[in-house]
Amino acid sequence: MAARVAEEWLNACSGCEISVVDLGERLLKVLELVEFVHIPVLMDHKYYGQLGDGKHIHIPEADVGIISGSIRNSEHLEVAEEMRKQCKIIVALGTCATHGGIPALANSYENLEILDRYYSTETTDKADFRPSDGIPTLLDATYALDEKIKVDVYLPGCAPHPDQVFVGLAALLGLMPLALADKSVCDTCPTIREGKGQVKQLRRFLQAPHYGAPDEPINQMRCLLEQGLLCMGPVTKAGCGGDGVVPRCIIARVPCRGCYGPVEQDGNQLMGMLNALASNGIDIGSLPEYTSLLRFSGAHHLLTPRKK
Amino acid sequence: MSRVINIAPITRIEGHGSIEIQLDDGGSVSSTKVHYMSLRGFEKFVEGKPAEEVPRIVNRICGICPWHHHMASNKAVDRCFGVTPPPAGQKLREFAQTMSHAEDKLLHFYFLAAPDFVMGPDAPYAIRNVIGVAKANPELATKAVQMRYMAKMILEKLGGKAIHPHAGVTGGFCRPLLDSERLDFLEKLKVLLEFSHDTLKFAKANVFPKYLDVVKTLGVFNSGFLGTVDDRGNLALYEGKLRLMKADGSFVEFSTQDYVDYLGEAVVPFSYGKIPYARSWDEGFSMDIDNPKGIYRANCLARINVCDGISTPRAQAELDEFRKAFGRPAQLTLLYHWARLIEDVYAYEHAIELLEDPEICDTNIRAKVEPRAGRGVGCVEAPRGTLIHDYSTDDNGMITRANLIVGTTHNLGPINMSVNQASKMLIKNGEVNEGILNMIEMAIRAYDP
Repeated sequence: MAARVAEEWLNACSGCEISVVDLGERLLKVLELVEFVHIPVLMDHKYYGQLGDGKHIHIPEADVGIISGSIRNSEHLEVAEEMRKQCKIIVALGTCATHGGIPALANSYENLEILDRYYSTETTDKADFRPSDGIPTLLDATYALDEKIKVDVYLPGCAPHPDQVFVGLAALLGLMPLALADKSVCDTCPTIREGKGQVKQLRRFLQAPHYGAPDEPINQMRCLLEQGLLCMGPVTKAGCGGDGVVPRCIIARVPCRGCYGPVEQDGNQLMGMLNALASNGIDIGSLPEYTSLLRFSGAHHLLTPRKK
Repeated sequence: MSRVINIAPITRIEGHGSIEIQLDDGGSVSSTKVHYMSLRGFEKFVEGKPAEEVPRIVNRICGICPWHHHMASNKAVDRCFGVTPPPAGQKLREFAQTMSHAEDKLLHFYFLAAPDFVMGPDAPYAIRNVIGVAKANPELATKAVQMRYMAKMILEKLGGKAIHPHAGVTGGFCRPLLDSERLDFLEKLKVLLEFSHDTLKFAKANVFPKYLDVVKTLGVFNSGFLGTVDDRGNLALYEGKLRLMKADGSFVEFSTQDYVDYLGEAVVPFSYGKIPYARSWDEGFSMDIDNPKGIYRANCLARINVCDGISTPRAQAELDEFRKAFGRPAQLTLLYHWARLIEDVYAYEHAIELLEDPEICDTNIRAKVEPRAGRGVGCVEAPRGTLIHDYSTDDNGMITRANLIVGTTHNLGPINMSVNQASKMLIKNGEVNEGILNMIEMAIRAYDP
């Protein structure tokens, strides 16, 4: 019998859902094995009944509930709680769901500061009210899923690589064991490391790293951190390269920015990176600013509004 | 007795919204509201970040069109820092952005829109979806999945990462294109162009004629249009001037740097999303369907309305046929589907053009960059409409101010109006069924929000 699956996107961009679509032909195989009972991006099951006359959000029972996105407003919270109630297993898909993701950069500000800027840009008409009619209220911050509901499986990534989405789905359907190693991006990076201590200052990514001919293999390029570029590889969970293994930023000769979140679920990419820099003898004062080190993992109270 | 119908969430679209339909005592529609639920605050939280990092932050605004945010942002940062990418860097950016258009339109047609037309607007929801389409028409579905995947993997190969890219860098592109890759992509693109053209032929034979009555009536009203044209007035997606057209076909052209003089955003009580309107028309803002003020539309139908022509032959032939049938500007909302597929043919033709120029493989792809204080507006045509990123930087090249007008938002007002029109047309004496409510959503899906 096909597994019943419900899927929801909360404070999300749809990138995780596109990653599922990017399974390509594997998607058609998956669709033979699962029965989607709720998935707003693809299917018209409605919260308040198909005639829109219900009073409460309802999602059908399912074996597996997949949720992308963080929890930012009252409706996200209600949907997340209903998903938890109706689904045996909850999967947090993508780094917004596991660690807040990019939208958790908002946690550096009070809601009022965000609303004030958004409703006062140079193209915006002045209004003597803030919208509130029929729309959910903002929570005080952007929350990872496990701050509000119990999560059974974490599949981070911004976006998660389709290969990993496939392995994750296959594991949930009981087809293979779920094996996501607690490795770092560096553990899977083929660039050459020659040792610590040669670089003292970081430079901003304003010019390309050094490498040979355009077709020079990645395993002949020097480690980007050792070239003096901030690379979050040491403190970022591996997996972005999918079955191809080579990290996807590095293959484009671009430094990692941490999109899979910390190596361990409860890690802190900011503290980890500052430690990594210090232990390499790199002056942390050469970083242009610090909050960007938590750009993918600012939930769990790691980013908070600055004290006035 | 008066009552409220709450269609939530709006489905088979990219974003988060719901529809509220208010019925009066007689069961007639007294008002409609489309609620846009999402507010994340990118305008605020990019402040204080190094500008060169921002193209890798704002791409997360949208997982379907990250390449467009990424490129608009890169263009804005370049202008802040006063740098111009070398020709090959520009071409690689344009190629990537064009490819993103090309695959996105296949996604929308087959995965999101087709179920309404292939399975029927009032088919049960459990089969009125891509899974139902795949079961009913496995050959076509498999082909569509394969072709879109092929297009998407060109982007993955080119830039390392297809969703939330990092390929554009301040001053240019992350890496040169190898000639072997160029030839490989060209071969694939020739297959994809044929498939894109076949898709349009399929739609013209099997979809549009069958639903002509719906096309002529659903979500219909007259508006102006906004899009980008090149210096000969042809359709442009990556770079050009903005053309703002009134419903009567007259238009003004302006530089993207001057967008503030032409566009405004209204705040409404029932939506987090602001609603853009044509401030330069000096008539104010109103979504009154009988007397709209400042209302224009964006996205594919707008682009093929505002352009004088299309520079590639197959898309131009399709545009000729389309204009002969529907005039210029074409106003029927469901024609967005048709326009989207014409634009898809153009995207593949143009991607091939870009690759046929060997200069795209030049290894000089990135200009030297120094951070500095400045202001820059970066603009591209995203699939869902004109996308504007506007930044200021301080002496250290950190962002001090950002304003964003995202493609989809141009159509938020028009979507409200199409929903209002569709609801009033379809709901009589308080009678609703799933088919009627889905038809109202079809008026939204045409815009591909």
